[in-house]
Order: sequence, then C-alpha cells, then structure tokens
Amino acid sequence: MSATFAAALPAATQVGSPAVNITIFAIFVVVTIGIVLRASGTNKTAADYYAGGRAFTGRQNGIAISGDYLSAASFLGIIGAIAVNGYDGFLYSIGFLVAWLVALLLVAELLRNTGRFTMADVLSFRLQQRPVRIAAAISTLVVSFFYLLAQMAGAGGLVSLLLGISSTAGQNLVIILVGVIMVGYVLIGGMKGTTWVQIIKATLLIIGSFVMAVWVLGKYGFNISNVFQGAVNSSGSEAVLNPMKQYGKSVTTKIDFISLSLALVLGTAGLPHVLMRFYTVPTSKEARKSVEWAIWIIGGFYIMTLILGYGAGALVGSKTILAAPGKVNSAAPLLAFELAGTFLLGIIAAVAFATILAVVAGLTITASASFAHDVYGQVIKKGQISADSEVRVARISAVVIGLVAIVGGIFANGQNIAFLVALAFAIAASANLPTILYSLFWKRFNTRGALYSMYGGLITAVVLIIFSPVVSGKKNPDGTSAAMIKDVGIDFHWFPLDNPGLISIPVGFLLGWIGTVTSREFNARKYAEMEVRSLTGSGAEKEVANH
Amino acid sequence: MSNDALDRTEDTTDYEAVQASAEFTELRRKFRAFVFPLTGGFLAWYFLYVACAAFAPGFMAHKLVGNINVGLIFGLLQFVTTFAITIYYVRWADRVFDPAADAIAAKIEKDAR
Repeated sequence: MSATFAAALPAATQVGSPAVNITIFAIFVVVTIGIVLRASGTNKTAADYYAGGRAFTGRQNGIAISGDYLSAASFLGIIGAIAVNGYDGFLYSIGFLVAWLVALLLVAELLRNTGRFTMADVLSFRLQQRPVRIAAAISTLVVSFFYLLAQMAGAGGLVSLLLGISSTAGQNLVIILVGVIMVGYVLIGGMKGTTWVQIIKATLLIIGSFVMAVWVLGKYGFNISNVFQGAVNSSGSEAVLNPMKQYGKSVTTKIDFISLSLALVLGTAGLPHVLMRFYTVPTSKEARKSVEWAIWIIGGFYIMTLILGYGAGALVGSKTILAAPGKVNSAAPLLAFELAGTFLLGIIAAVAFATILAVVAGLTITASASFAHDVYGQVIKKGQISADSEVRVARISAVVIGLVAIVGGIFANGQNIAFLVALAFAIAASANLPTILYSLFWKRFNTRGALYSMYGGLITAVVLIIFSPVVSGKKNPDGTSAAMIKDVGIDFHWFPLDNPGLISIPVGFLLGWIGTVTSREFNARKYAEMEVRSLTGSGAEKEVANH
Repeated sequence: MSNDALDRTEDTTDYEAVQASAEFTELRRKFRAFVFPLTGGFLAWYFLYVACAAFAPGFMAHKLVGNINVGLIFGLLQFVTTFAITIYYVRWADRVFDPAADAIAAKIEKDAR
C-alpha cells in the first residue's frame, strides 16, 4: 500500500492484451448495468433510494459490505505490500479484520435500531439537530471524499496500465469514464442497484482470489512453508518472513506503525459508507448477521492475501513488481499473468476494475444521501420536505459529487492510494467513532461534546497530515522525494508520523469529554427513547413493503 | 422539537418509564457485561500483537516448523480469535439477548395500542 500506479506509464511495459481486458471490462459493465436497471424498477420511496427498501437479507448485505470494504487498497495494495515488504504487509490485513469486532459488538445493531438513512440520524438523535447534523455531514463528506479520491486515482492508473494507455489525456479520459459509469449506477439504481453491484463484485473478487491462491499453493505442493521459501529465495533474504522489514528502521517508524494500527482498528466502525449499509436490512438481527457474514468473507480474503502476496513475491519477484508501471500495486495482476497468462490477467483486471466501480458507487450514494438528507432536508428545509424532492436533491448531489470526484481523480492521478485511504480511516476514527460511542453508551453526553469531538478530531487529523512527512519532506533512499510534493526543496513538515491516529484519535475522545462536562444540556426524554430503542429495537424503521 | 425528523406524533410511549423498569436495566446490564469485557479483551490482544511486532521482532522471527515462525502463528491467531468472538457473540445474542429484548419491545408495542 505504499505506492500507486504512476501517472507516467512507459508505453512499452503494458502486460497482457488490451483487447481481452477491454472485452472483459465491457462485459462486466453491461451485465451490472442490466442488473441495476432491473433492481431500479422497484425504487419508489426515499427508503428505497437510500436504503434499498431495507429489504436485503443479512447474508446479501454481508456480501455487499465485503464488496464495499475490500477496495483497491485491499486487493491491490495489501497483496503488493506483502509481495514487496513481506510480513509488514500482512499487518494491514489483521488490523482491517479485527476492526470489524468494534462494529459487531458496539455499533451495527444499535445503529440500525436508532437511525434511518445516515450516520447523522443516530448522532443527532438526542442532541440538537442542526449543529450536530451539519458536523456529521461535513465529517461524512470529508471522509468519503478522501476515500473517493483514492479509488479514482487508482482507477486511472490501473485501467490505463491494463489497457495500455500511457498518455495523461488518455488516463484522464478513463477517469471521466469511470466517474460517469459510477454516477450512472447510483442515479439509476439507488442503494438497491449499488448493493447488487457490490454483491457481484465481492463474489468475483473472492472467486478470483481463491482460484489464484489454490493455483499458487499447487505450484508449491500445497505446502505454505514452501511458498515462504520461494519468497525468501526470490528476495534473497529471510527478512520478508519477519515483522519490521518496512517499519523497523527507527523508533519513529515503529511508533508510526502503532499509530497506523490504531487508525485501522478504530476507523472501520466510523466509516460512513460502511455504517449506511446497516440500514439496508429489515432488523437489527439482520444487521448482526450482515457483520457476521462480512467477517467470514473479509477474514477469508485476508488469509488468501498471505498466499497471494508471498506467491507474487516468490513467482514474480519484488524487483519485477517494483519495476512495473504500477509499482507495488501491480503485484496481483502480475501474479495472474505469471500463473496463466493473458486470460487470467484479464479476469483479475476486471475484478480490480469492478472493485473500484463498486466502492466508488457506494461512497457516492453515502455522500449524496448525507448532503440531501442531513444538510438539505433536515437543516436547510428543517424536515419540511417531501421524500420525492429529497431524493431528487440526492440525485443532483450524486452528479455533483461525481464531477468533483472526476476532477479530484484527475488531479490526484499518480498520488499515493495508501496515503488517502489511511487519511480517511484516521479521520473516521478521530471524528466519528468517539461521538458514535459516546452517544450510544454515555448518558451525560451532549451537543457541545459532539461538536468538540467531531470538529476537533477532524481538524486535528487533517492538520497533522498536512504537516506530516507524507505531504512534504519524505525522501527515498536515493534522495528523490517520496512525499506528495515532489520538490525536495519544499519541506514544511514538523509532525514526525505518517499517520496521525495516535494523536488525533485520543484528541477526539478527550475533546468529546471536555465539551460534555462543560455543558449542562441533557434531554432525559430523548436519552431514554434512544437507549430503549437502540437495545430493544422497538420503533425501529421497518422494511418497505413493495409490490 | 418541530425540527426533529425522528419524532413521531403517534408515539406516545413513556420511554423514561421503560428505561427505569427492572427488565430494561437488567437487559442493559446484561448487554454491557457481555460486550464491554469482550471489547477490552480483543483490543488488548490486538495491541499485544502490534507491540510484539514492533518491539520484539526477534521473538516473532523465531521459527517453529519449516518457515512457519511465531509471528505468522500469532497473526493467524488474531484471525482465529476474531472468528471465535464473532461466533460466541452471535450465539449469545441469538439465545440470551434477543428473547429478553424482544419481550420488552413486544410490551412497548402492546402498551402503545
């Protein structure tokens, strides 16, 4: 996860056959658009558009959550990180998985029972509506925006590599195309269409990874120890099997690793596009089942990353991977090409493309729902708005967000995916999670606490990242810049860590506490209603009866 | 509360009375007594793993069988505990928590009529 597909791709280094790749992409897009069109036939109410009528089963939603969660950073990034950095890449897998226990035990069911469409519904339940909704919507938009940028930047690089497009103009065209297709999914299909795209994508991803993992194991006599030996032989050092190959350079890098681990494990339960998925099922029991399924699928996938990552290290070799146009992120496609040539490469490339489309569509619907429902419907129109006009605003917002994502994606093309995704996780853990937990479990919690925590966590995380080595000052061993700002003469960083989580997450919790204890506000009636509803499910939003 | 989208005019339930009732306080106690220690436990176990990876790489690099070292087993144990906690919690929630929660919810719906 330490590099993205470079913006400038040498034309000669494309792998596989662009014609095969384009055909498989096109089949995927046509099939999914067809399914989205079918699903959209039953979109009538706001609950249909935002929450898929709350009619998905726990298993379907669990698969869709996995589709949402296993983004390009997981599929391309982690496999590449293991292939190149060995064990340190596997640490990402563990953090990303364990994080789901926070969602399972503390958040999913209670959230399903108290909210309707967005994260802000729950956060503002017993607090003052307007200020809390605005804060929650801003935080949702910021987190989704950075997540979105990462996916769009990845899309440009990945698709360009596989289709053999090396000019910047051609890549920008690809980004525009991705943006248009994804807005199409959201506009036509709403949450239902988006969910089906995610279900298809997750299924393809799991099957594709499973086939490759078995293939790799087969090459090594179904003995995982031999796969490791292959990686050791290929890299020439046993260091790939041990932790701290990448993070062990100094005490600072070790602390940075701990900061990253904290952001990973606490970020998931604060990601708005993950939280919104819990509203697509009819009851809190189905929400529980969703997370259960998601944990099995995501866990199974991350175990396979171990085999695929070391397999890529062994069969392709880290030198070849780093020399490829996509650098570390090209490990999975290169492994597919090494195993079975053009056709498997085309399939895996289509899976990666599907991954980006599905995640981007999920983020777009979350961000547009937050704007239309929280900012426009509840704050500007004060709830005096018909569901139809709210959905219309959501559709317009989706188009605007699509445009912003396209422009941002063009701008961010060539930037580091991991930087943007880790930023989204750190902001989610700092700005959203403290308020979610306080609001569900701390009786005394109030509006001032929520605002301090959300704005404080958000600002701290963003400011620390701006002044971190990732934006300016980080150097490669050969003296070139490894930061976002490529001019090595510009260096304004003073925060030593790449990831702000270790500071900004405690700050978010602390400010929530300070804000709360300095305010006397307390709404006993709403607190009682929220607590009773969250635990018993009484009065929870019901499934929409279609037909 | 006119700007409160979640307020329903037909909802006449006295939530404060339900909240103060013995059944509900018992439900809340049961829930928290189950999930809070479990959360503390898995977070402590996860950060123990992270700390070992960061500060005891020699221990993690110790080979057990073939190329399988302590770090790999420790990492896979994180998967095992995550799956185990999931199964344990879902079983508990289905068998112990849901019946108690449903009983209170049913009572609220009945009283509201």
